[in-house]
Amino acid sequence: MDSNPFDGTLSSAGAGTSVPSTAKILISGGFGVGKTTLVGVISEIRPLRTEEPMSDRSLAIDDTRGVSAKTTTTVAMDFGRISLPSQLVLYLFGTPGQERFWFMWDELAIGAIGAVVLADTRRVADCFASIDYFERSGMPFIIAVNCFDGAPRFQPDDIRIALSLGPEVPIVLCDARQRDSVKQVLVSLVRYVMSGSRRTNQISIG
Amino acid sequence: MTSHDGYGDRWLDREAGPVVRPYALTKGRTLPSGEAAFGLIDVVIATNARPSELFRPGPEHRRILSLCRRPTPIVDLTSEIDLPLGVVRVLLGDLTSEGMLRVLSTQKQPVTDQRLLRMVLDGLESL
Repeated sequence: MDSNPFDGTLSSAGAGTSVPSTAKILISGGFGVGKTTLVGVISEIRPLRTEEPMSDRSLAIDDTRGVSAKTTTTVAMDFGRISLPSQLVLYLFGTPGQERFWFMWDELAIGAIGAVVLADTRRVADCFASIDYFERSGMPFIIAVNCFDGAPRFQPDDIRIALSLGPEVPIVLCDARQRDSVKQVLVSLVRYVMSGSRRTNQISIG
Repeated sequence: MTSHDGYGDRWLDREAGPVVRPYALTKGRTLPSGEAAFGLIDVVIATNARPSELFRPGPEHRRILSLCRRPTPIVDLTSEIDLPLGVVRVLLGDLTSEGMLRVLSTQKQPVTDQRLLRMVLDGLESL
């Protein structure tokens, strides 16, 4: 058990232990739209502590308080972890909703396959910020409309107009409480990313 | 504490855990040494190399090395040792600078690796 296959130079790295592949997907959308429910229904939830950088804005306030002001800078968040076959781990990260945590989005976006933007038809505007962010950063995303009980049902085309989305962005209806439904959402995203990256390779957009 | 107006109170202070103590572990450094970026889902592994004589690993360095005997994604490591990500990154920087830890895979943006995407797709469909 204790024998370690790695020597100091690591020339034999991977000889005895396979390296897991990792991938991540962002789950975004307005407050209360079901992000936590969606992540929890399909993955193991783990805690993560991170911290808010001392931005110019916070420096101006925090400077005078000295070291103790640092107590205001940790952020607790959860992430989802799904172990898949072939030593693959898929992570689901919910993007923090509050404006002051925007800095976290860039951190979370690095290396992400793509994003699911959860939408609630009763508060469509809540997901505008997410859509703007992913459009600006070039991150592929799909819209998943969480069909809450009692919420008005719309055709995907109506939702597309309401969100002023291009025809290429997939819109799927889902129930964030149902594992199979969430699975289909993630599958839709990955399929979309696969078709998109082939397109990009062909056109080679600079 | 009434001075938090406009910040929201939900993740602050005790609820969010102590920060002064963790950064004491890094001797106040908030950025890792060296070039490695330490992305959340990058995978690291301990190398068994001996550090230079000047470097004295602290208990947290040793905990990281012990958890990284197998290839370990940084996000799992951070969750496991329950220190803030920024602190873990500084400690990881110390260890990689000393050759005691190595980054095995790093993430690129955008993800265009069709093999990885296919693995994710197949994996999800098998759930």
